[in-house]
Amino acid sequence: MAPNKEEMLDMYRKMLLIREFEETVANLFSQGQIPGFVHLYVGEEAVAVGVCSNLGDKDYIASTHRGHGHGIARGASVEKMMAEIFGKIDGYCKGKGGSMHIAAVELGFLGANGIVGAGLPLAAGAAFANKYLKNGGVAVCFFGDGASNRATFHEALNLASIWKLPVIFVCENNMYGISMSQERHQNINDIADRAVAYGIPGVSVDGNDVMAVYEAAAEAIKRARAGEGPTLIECKTYRFRGHFEGDACVYRSEEEVNEWKKKCPIQRFGTSLLEMNIASREELDAISAEVKEQIKNAVEFARKSPYPDVSELTTDVYCD
Amino acid sequence: MEMTYSQAINAALREEMKRDDTVYILGEDVGIFGGCFGVTAGLIQEFGPERVLDTPISETAIVGSAVGAAAAGLRPVAEIMFMDFMTVCMDEFFNQAAKMRYMFGGKVKVPLTLRTVCGAGLGAAAQHSQSLEAWFTHMPGVKVVMPSTPADAKGLLVSSIRDDNPVIFIEHKMLYGVTGEVPEGEYTIPLGKADIKREGRDVTVVATSLMVHRALVAAETLAGEGIEVEVVDPRTLVPFDKETLLQSVEKTGRLVIVHEAVKNSGFGAEIAAIVAEEGFDFLDAPVKRVAAPFAPVPFSPPLEAAYVPSEEKIIEAIKSLF
Repeated sequence: MAPNKEEMLDMYRKMLLIREFEETVANLFSQGQIPGFVHLYVGEEAVAVGVCSNLGDKDYIASTHRGHGHGIARGASVEKMMAEIFGKIDGYCKGKGGSMHIAAVELGFLGANGIVGAGLPLAAGAAFANKYLKNGGVAVCFFGDGASNRATFHEALNLASIWKLPVIFVCENNMYGISMSQERHQNINDIADRAVAYGIPGVSVDGNDVMAVYEAAAEAIKRARAGEGPTLIECKTYRFRGHFEGDACVYRSEEEVNEWKKKCPIQRFGTSLLEMNIASREELDAISAEVKEQIKNAVEFARKSPYPDVSELTTDVYCD
Repeated sequence: MEMTYSQAINAALREEMKRDDTVYILGEDVGIFGGCFGVTAGLIQEFGPERVLDTPISETAIVGSAVGAAAAGLRPVAEIMFMDFMTVCMDEFFNQAAKMRYMFGGKVKVPLTLRTVCGAGLGAAAQHSQSLEAWFTHMPGVKVVMPSTPADAKGLLVSSIRDDNPVIFIEHKMLYGVTGEVPEGEYTIPLGKADIKREGRDVTVVATSLMVHRALVAAETLAGEGIEVEVVDPRTLVPFDKETLLQSVEKTGRLVIVHEAVKNSGFGAEIAAIVAEEGFDFLDAPVKRVAAPFAPVPFSPPLEAAYVPSEEKIIEAIKSLF
């Protein structure tokens, strides 16, 4: 089912919100205002938004080290996310997780993850729980091309296929596992081909086309909710920034980056919204202005929030 | 009622599955086959394949999916056939299950029970015989349970399943056939409460799992020689009952620690350190550890027998303190 105007504008808004959030984080990180290290989602917004726009209350997502976009697409508060990245008490995890472990279980967001490929079996398990509880929910796992070489990928896809779990494996093929290009790290072009090994559908889509992602996800989710099992969706995309902030990107050319920037998923979606007369330039500009304000407020919120008290050091290790 | 350690575990699983619909079992050959050691026998017939799930040989997916399901509201009881195989699902247990609550600021619970099997004695050699409990005591967020008797196995497993934290429940393959009295009906033992298996005034022996039985034999022998041994079974290593340990050492003034794991960085080192830090003045003699040598578990029967601490070695260590 195609999204209506309101839903499409919401998708556009979320993509912009991710972009603005990430560029703001990049800026603050370069100024030394954010501790640790961050992996940004700039350029891949269409994947998270295209998929998550199909999800409901009972559904779960599991994410990666590059997880800010998934959280925002799932509806997480940018204030609490920013506060978490700052390491503040009002963050989603009281500042104990940080960028790589942001989670909002109350929204079905089972967390970013510092271990590449760790989300696949977790999502399979959440999907199992939904199936077991017969609540109609699904689970989605986002992961990268690099993770498709891990044992977790193969074990989770196999288990999900034999148990017909309502899970959608969304591979964000951004063409690099840190510095290693896809052609160097695996002997296939389409990661979706690996679905054949598990007897499940595998589709490869343009990951910079939010509507193409939306439609592929809608089909897979429909299938999952109908009890027909998992799907592997490969979204071909690109990260505009390095693997982490501060990455000199010696492994790829500037020409390549510029070519992909021309395929910016947000500009592309904006243009098509205008062409289809779904939105006017003024409407899109108004959304852009609102998003900027929202992120400004998020930074303000994060700055004002206190750091956790040292007494928090050993709380939350166990449930009482 | 009299039952084996294996039957006691089976009874705990059955009772908890009856009590709570969110409890399910998954693992390799736990269904039709009844488990590699027969512990889950009959459960698939009683609860069906929706709640007793045979998995492929995919330890990573077993534990990883159990963590995801636990975070999403279920109470999985996962079986890892041999403890040695924890190496192929360590990330799922250590980096995911153990840390999830903390990383998420206390906003999730992971009520996962992971049953697994330790110990030498079957000639299963280096990759099917290890006692790796100390690894799991080095993981904030995880509880570590090691029952030595049928009654403890039942009471502690029920508590482990009801616990909202990830618990590793370590069974010993040489204990499955051991029989003992087990209370009928609902029976729980709080995690973190040691049990004094034999009282004595002269020396404290802290022993775990199969070693509790060898310590009791040693104690009986030494009683004939006028040495009264107190045998303390911690039952859970995390949380650890320091109070019972320190009270016993205060009473006896002597401490011997016995475990089947290799001595180096074994849990005995932690127990010795607790007493050194908090009970040093109680000691009238050095602390002794009786444990496996720093070598993999050998195959050849005489080597394997020499590897595992014997009653004789325990007696020798105790006597050296007098």
